[in-house]
Amino acid sequence: MSDMKVLVIEDDVAAASYMVRGLEESGHVASVAHDGRDGLMLAASQSFDVLVIDRMLPGLDGLGVIRTLRATGNRTPVLVLSALGNVDDRVEGLKVGGDDYLVKPYAFSELLARLEALTRRGQPNAAEAPTTQLRYSDLSMDLLGRRVERRGKRIDLQPREFRLLEVLLRHPEQVLTRTMLLEKVWDYRFDPQTNIIDVHISRLRQKIDRDFEPPLIQTVRGSGYALRIPDQTA
Amino acid sequence: MERQTEETIEAELTGLREQYRDLGIFGLRRIIAQRGAEEEQLASIYLLTNRLGEPIAGNLLTWPTDVETVSNRIRFSLDDPDRSGTRRYLGRSVELDQGYLLVARDIEDKLRTQALLVNAIALGSGLMLVFGVIGGFVMSRWMLTRIESINRATGQIMAGDLGRRIAVDGSGDEFDELAANLNAMLERIERLLAGMREVTDNIAHDLRTPLTRLRSRLEVALMKDIDPSSTRQLLEETAADAEGLIATFNALMNIARAEAGEQRASWELVDLGELAQDIFDLYEPLAEERDMRLALESTAGIKVAGNRQMLAQALANLIDNAIKYTPEGGRIALSVAQTREQARRIARLTVTDNGPGIPVELRGKALERFVRLEPERHTPGNGLGLSLVSAVAKLHDARLELADNNPGLRVSLVFERPVDTAPPGG
Ligand SMILES: Nc1ncnc2c1ncn2[C@@H]1O[C@H](COP(=O)(O)OP(=O)(O)OP(=O)(O)O)[C@@H](O)[C@H]1O
Ligand SMILES: [Mg+2]
Repeated sequence: MSDMKVLVIEDDVAAASYMVRGLEESGHVASVAHDGRDGLMLAASQSFDVLVIDRMLPGLDGLGVIRTLRATGNRTPVLVLSALGNVDDRVEGLKVGGDDYLVKPYAFSELLARLEALTRRGQPNAAEAPTTQLRYSDLSMDLLGRRVERRGKRIDLQPREFRLLEVLLRHPEQVLTRTMLLEKVWDYRFDPQTNIIDVHISRLRQKIDRDFEPPLIQTVRGSGYALRIPDQTA
Repeated sequence: MERQTEETIEAELTGLREQYRDLGIFGLRRIIAQRGAEEEQLASIYLLTNRLGEPIAGNLLTWPTDVETVSNRIRFSLDDPDRSGTRRYLGRSVELDQGYLLVARDIEDKLRTQALLVNAIALGSGLMLVFGVIGGFVMSRWMLTRIESINRATGQIMAGDLGRRIAVDGSGDEFDELAANLNAMLERIERLLAGMREVTDNIAHDLRTPLTRLRSRLEVALMKDIDPSSTRQLLEETAADAEGLIATFNALMNIARAEAGEQRASWELVDLGELAQDIFDLYEPLAEERDMRLALESTAGIKVAGNRQMLAQALANLIDNAIKYTPEGGRIALSVAQTREQARRIARLTVTDNGPGIPVELRGKALERFVRLEPERHTPGNGLGLSLVSAVAKLHDARLELADNNPGLRVSLVFERPVDTAPPGG
């Protein structure tokens, strides 16, 4: 898995150090700044793949950092961390130029998955790219004709299944958590009390993976799902 | 007129004495120094001295001279260079083990207003001498009484008697309006406080157990003679505990947020039909897996102003309950309809099931936080789902109805003011 260079701007020293350890443990490179000014200096002087910025920072606050960065033309993806979770706060965080928003307390796996999703944006199949064809391995999707084929065989999908597969195809080989799927496929950010996403995935698997080898939709334990060819070496 | 000044001074002294008892002379000194420093205009006087009367903290350099003592109150005057000349004060002093404490208020303005009012009465309307004087006197006496009663009530409320309300005499004048507004504000503050108290009680109750479990797990994991493999398992269990705690905490936060009602800035026009369709899509596979039929019946174009995420969460909670409490093979229906109720247009969002239902006498209780009706707790849950639905309903001025579906439960959110987007006659 390709490693990311991450800058963490977080004033809670312990939280920042756990985050760095977790990132390094997962094969990434992380730097830390404990206040907005230092963070801004670092972000401006080096290049990072993604920034994690706490919303409330001493001195220059998180939103101020993002605003300044964007004003100077820095386009590095930003994940905003916040202790505030209501809709308005989120909207505000995204409006100043944040790319994703995660409310504390969060699971590390959620943070990691979101960072990876943010850094792969510039790559093929990227969420923003105006493509009409998405493919992964022997699976292909025609967005205009709304057709899905695997190994040349046509697969019929319900609209929701189509949308779910589209999101997976736009993030190949990346972990997508259940919350991310609910957000990207249904545009809801609430907390379903049961694992409804699992049921949708298992329906999709019936159509995509049951009659084909190898299975492409992988369960990532403790995190979520990924479209990925199973690791032969493991 | 001076009654409420006395009462606030009294209340303040009580508070300060408590601080003295809890924090000692140094704590009190800090508080007095701070309060003194906040007073730019000497509207309030604070002075703490030692046993010899030498000042320790406060905004007066010496104990005032020429003090007139009436029962336990004192009056004195001070020269104020910043403002015009001498100002009169009313205060109280108390003896502490280690010194003396004086708290006083500037009553100059009050005394002047009183004098002005008295003058106004005296000078008022030259022509209607007798009548005018009496009328003016009565008028200003009456105004004074009203202001005084409002002031007294607010004084007592500030001193901690939150249940108190200001008298409204029904005359509908400005004073009445002011009193009614103040009362409405007090009502809201009291409700928020009560809500907070209830939440804290429940949090204490429901979070303490898992927190204790979490701590003991960690403590066991930290014991040195434990083998690494069970440490790992203990840590995994602890992580699961923490996750459960966070879920409960988030649910509580959502309820609190809906109850605080501050999210109107992010409101949008929510199409109830679309919302129902979305939630239907989301839950239909789960229902099917449980061998249940989930049906949807909705009319297009019924919209309400609201918070889409919260409404979705509320509806999801209802469907979640229906699926959870209805035995396999059950039938669940989701519907959106616009009807008329006493010539008013209303929108109804309804979820029905044919499960065991909730007995009528327990329906109110089921909405309370952390209340679960089945004692054995077969099913997972915190008893927060319906509390959120109820809070979201209130936030949207919607009525929440729990009724019998014969058999089963019928829950409706009734919006009294749907937005009119339907074509005329439709
Ligand atoms: N559709 C239903 N049929 C029968 N009983 C119900 C139904 N919905 C709720 N109840 C009863 O009301 C109680 C409170 O419901 P509520 O949704 O608030 O909590 P919960 O479902 O127990 O937990 P949570 O929603 O937090 O996961 C439930 O425990 C259940 O006993
Ligand atoms: Mg429930």
